[in-house]
Amino acid sequence: MTTSPPAPRTPTIAARATELSKVYGQGDTRVVALDRVSVGFGQSQFTAIMGPSGSGKSTLMHCVAGLDSFSSGSVRVGDVELGALTDRQLTKLRRDKVGFIFQAFNLLPTLTALENITLPMDLAGRTPDKEWLDSVIQMVGLSGRLTHRPAQLSGGQQQRVAVARALASQPEIVFGDEPTGNLDSRAGSEVLGFLRDSVRTLGQTVVMVTHDPVAAAYADRVVFLADGRIVDEMYEPTADAVRELMKSSDAPGFRTS
Amino acid sequence: MFRTALRNVLAHKARLLMTVLAVMLGVAFVSGTLIFNDTLSDGYRDQTAKSYAHVDVEVRPYGQSDKVPGISRKELNEIARLDRVAGAAGRVGGIAGVADKDGGLIGGGTSGTGANFAPGKDGKDPLYVFTKGSGPTHPRQVALDKDTAEKGGYDVGDTVRVAFRGPAKTYELSGIFTTDDTWVALGDSLALFDTPVAQRLFLQPGYYEYVTVTAAPGTSSTELAATLRKVLPDDTDVKTGRQLADERAEGGASDALMLSTILLAFAGVALFVSVFLIANTFTMLAAQRTRELALLRAVGASRRQVTRSVLIEAMAVGIVGAAGGLGVGAAMAAVARSTVGVFGAKNPDGPLVVTATTVLVAAAVGVLVTMLAAWLPARRAAKIPPVAAIGSAHLPATTRSLLVRNLLGGIMVLLGAAVVVAGAGAGGSLGKALVGLGAVLVVTGVLVLIPLLSRPVIALVQPLLRRGFGVSGKLAGQNAVRSPRRTGATASALAIGLTLVSALTVLATTVGQSTDRMTTDIVKADYMVTDSGAGLDTSAAAALRKAPGVTTVSEEQQSWMQLDGIQEDVSAVTPADFDKAIRLPVVSGSQGTLAKGQVAVAEDEARAHGWKVGDTLPAVYGDSDKSRKLTVGAVFESNEVVLPVVVSADVIDPNATSTTSSKAYLKTDGSTHEKALADALAGRPGIKIDDRQAIREEFSGAFGTVLNVLYALLAISLLIAVLGVVNTLAMSVFERQREVGMLRAVGLDRRGVTRMIQLESVVISLFGAAVGMAVGTFLGWAVCEIVKADIPGYALVLPWDRFGLFLLLAALVGLLAAMWPARSAARLNMLTAIKTE
Repeated sequence: MTTSPPAPRTPTIAARATELSKVYGQGDTRVVALDRVSVGFGQSQFTAIMGPSGSGKSTLMHCVAGLDSFSSGSVRVGDVELGALTDRQLTKLRRDKVGFIFQAFNLLPTLTALENITLPMDLAGRTPDKEWLDSVIQMVGLSGRLTHRPAQLSGGQQQRVAVARALASQPEIVFGDEPTGNLDSRAGSEVLGFLRDSVRTLGQTVVMVTHDPVAAAYADRVVFLADGRIVDEMYEPTADAVRELMKSSDAPGFRTS
Repeated sequence: MFRTALRNVLAHKARLLMTVLAVMLGVAFVSGTLIFNDTLSDGYRDQTAKSYAHVDVEVRPYGQSDKVPGISRKELNEIARLDRVAGAAGRVGGIAGVADKDGGLIGGGTSGTGANFAPGKDGKDPLYVFTKGSGPTHPRQVALDKDTAEKGGYDVGDTVRVAFRGPAKTYELSGIFTTDDTWVALGDSLALFDTPVAQRLFLQPGYYEYVTVTAAPGTSSTELAATLRKVLPDDTDVKTGRQLADERAEGGASDALMLSTILLAFAGVALFVSVFLIANTFTMLAAQRTRELALLRAVGASRRQVTRSVLIEAMAVGIVGAAGGLGVGAAMAAVARSTVGVFGAKNPDGPLVVTATTVLVAAAVGVLVTMLAAWLPARRAAKIPPVAAIGSAHLPATTRSLLVRNLLGGIMVLLGAAVVVAGAGAGGSLGKALVGLGAVLVVTGVLVLIPLLSRPVIALVQPLLRRGFGVSGKLAGQNAVRSPRRTGATASALAIGLTLVSALTVLATTVGQSTDRMTTDIVKADYMVTDSGAGLDTSAAAALRKAPGVTTVSEEQQSWMQLDGIQEDVSAVTPADFDKAIRLPVVSGSQGTLAKGQVAVAEDEARAHGWKVGDTLPAVYGDSDKSRKLTVGAVFESNEVVLPVVVSADVIDPNATSTTSSKAYLKTDGSTHEKALADALAGRPGIKIDDRQAIREEFSGAFGTVLNVLYALLAISLLIAVLGVVNTLAMSVFERQREVGMLRAVGLDRRGVTRMIQLESVVISLFGAAVGMAVGTFLGWAVCEIVKADIPGYALVLPWDRFGLFLLLAALVGLLAAMWPARSAARLNMLTAIKTE
């Protein structure tokens, strides 16, 4: 763990996993997706989770986001322990405290862009904070397209709607699952720019799973996973540094750290 | 291609299950009806063949008169003495209701018969086999069939009361017998009497109604019949037992056939509704497999091959459905035979008859209907361009223009409605034809238009959904109109069912209530007394007159006469009493003219034959050959209470020999009650006393009963509709997995998901129901307009309470149909749902 400079500050933790394990199946078919992972995601920090396919990066995010259950350990979002929550409580947590951006299919085709953005608040029965909503919409540059349906928007525009939706309800933490995976590089960098801006200017906390070093370079910190464990991390990453580290991940040393 | 098709069927087992079920239901109805029918016909044939097994030839005179009521004893003896005749038994029979120990008639009284015991030289009557005791040989004796004796709890030596025309008489039970008589086998009661007693009761002393002849050994029944025909006078019918059995089997089977016709009509409805479900399923399957089919095209399959592969799938589904349907149909027929008798009678026993025709029809119906329904979707599937195989996964579904379809539907509906309105205005048989034609156009047009209608109609309830159920409601409403074609096809099934149901309901309520109003207006009497068996005799009327509180007894005899050469049913009454009990809805003339010996005729008949008040018409009453002149004194609105011709009883027959009447109306001073009347009539089993409420039900209640039977059968179309909705929803949920997953991720809980699917289902169901009810009410109105001339006191009644009930039912159908899809949607694994390929 010497590839990056030490953490510049020790921020308040927005979400934390402690000794988190996720095991599928039993006996011969037993697969350990997460093996006693402990990691904290700092407030107002942009964290990227990286790792090869099957490394457990998505599983980690899903568990911390309250989308998936885990086998042992603990997950806290803010001061809420997720392990003890029922499905309904988890749903409420996701609705009120968490924002999501998926790789694709973020939007309901029957709703307009604006309706999609306010969906989590509609579900909660809350009235959106008008000023905040406006500033979010302003930021992602969707002002002229609010009445459009998803089918009338380009892929990049659709993802911007997804970003706006994730931010609009002022969640404690926003999770992105390969949010730029389906976009061309220009649209991708726009979306990543918005995410970084939301951290810098709005103080939002963002955790993003990606396999793209360029995308990871937008983050403040990168956490590397392999075989269900955290194998490395890097602060203030650059695309090249990340790429270097990824290349070496084939080397046996990567796994043993 | 064939193999691909079969693989597809197997791969989509669950999806096709609903389709198979729908085909199965339709085929089950068709084959069940056919099996039921064949089984019953065979049963009747066997039964009647058995019942005439002991009769070689039957001799029956026709054209009886008062002087010669039948075959005399002398004639019987002459027949018995003829060559080739081994024995001849004179027979006579009539109505005889057997009372149980509580005084009620066994079997409700409508099916009680009596006959004479006609022993041969050996002291036995070949028609009856005694299991206990022996035949009646004494005037005070009676014998009963086994069933009846058991039902009444009678044993040999007991005293049995038997009701005829007139007061009941008591006899001593001499024996209990079994018989192959058809009617007894079908549930009638049979009481046997000593011959002189039966002659006195049913005909005239010394006379027989008919003679059964046994052939001498070595003589065939045909030869015997030929011999008898030569000897006997021309006005005598000579038939072999075989001929009689065939005639009777036909008669019995024709009752069953009528029931079958109704059942087949419903099988038709079921299949028609199934067509939509099947078409819908195949459309969805094709849509779901767009890429797969496109890939087939890309690697070189021709359009025709794709079409054929879909049709082969349909055929497989049809075959499975037909086979299952045949099995279910046979089971249904077996159950129906043992539970539903034809008009209250028992059905004959025997094995279930599954003919080759039935199997062929079942297979043809199942396979053809399925393939026909799948034809359009198959063609549509073939039009998928090969490029769709490489297209993006999220290519927005191209909404094919519905313009042509809507134009066509619109024209059909407008044209149809115009034809219906014209028909309703025209009336008569032309009107009927027009309404029928228009109805077909309107229904077809609406089914064509239903996708177009779905958007605006469902948009109406959108705010309600949003306000009542929040985001779930809003999404449900939007999902319901997302694929208008699919929503339309789903709603169609319900729409058809409810079109039929509501049209029938409007008609039945209108007719029922109009009749009811008319009855209430006409009948002034407080009670109506009828006898379910033989009719009221003079002594019953006399007893009623003496009952406390009774001020008037108006007897009515139902008979017939030739009026102006037309045979008319006649109510013969005593005008002085009649005026107090019944107020005829007179159109012209006056009811008072009855007392002057004039005749009152119903408006229908008067119009049909051009009779007016003041006309003098020749009249021949009943069997008599005397003609007399009757003046029309009144014309009244046709109604259910009296027969079309009303006349004073003395006019018809001044020296009244008739001792019975069909019914009696009572007017009381209000101090009496039913119990007192029943006491006054004690000892007459089968008597029924109706108060005003019961009178109303008697005259208009039939419509309600008919309606309930129709409702039960139409429930089948609802059942298929449920299958259709389940199918659509399951498909929608499958298609929207990711959406549901995403919704769950951003904060819609399981209850919300469930509610969303349920609401979508309810909205579609209600939409279908509303469309059906609107069309049904319109057609119901048209039919009412056509028949209004035949409905006394016609006024259109819209049964809002029933309509409300139908909507509620439709909503329930929606909820029921959503159960499984909603559950699976709520249980959906979010992560797999969201995950991209």
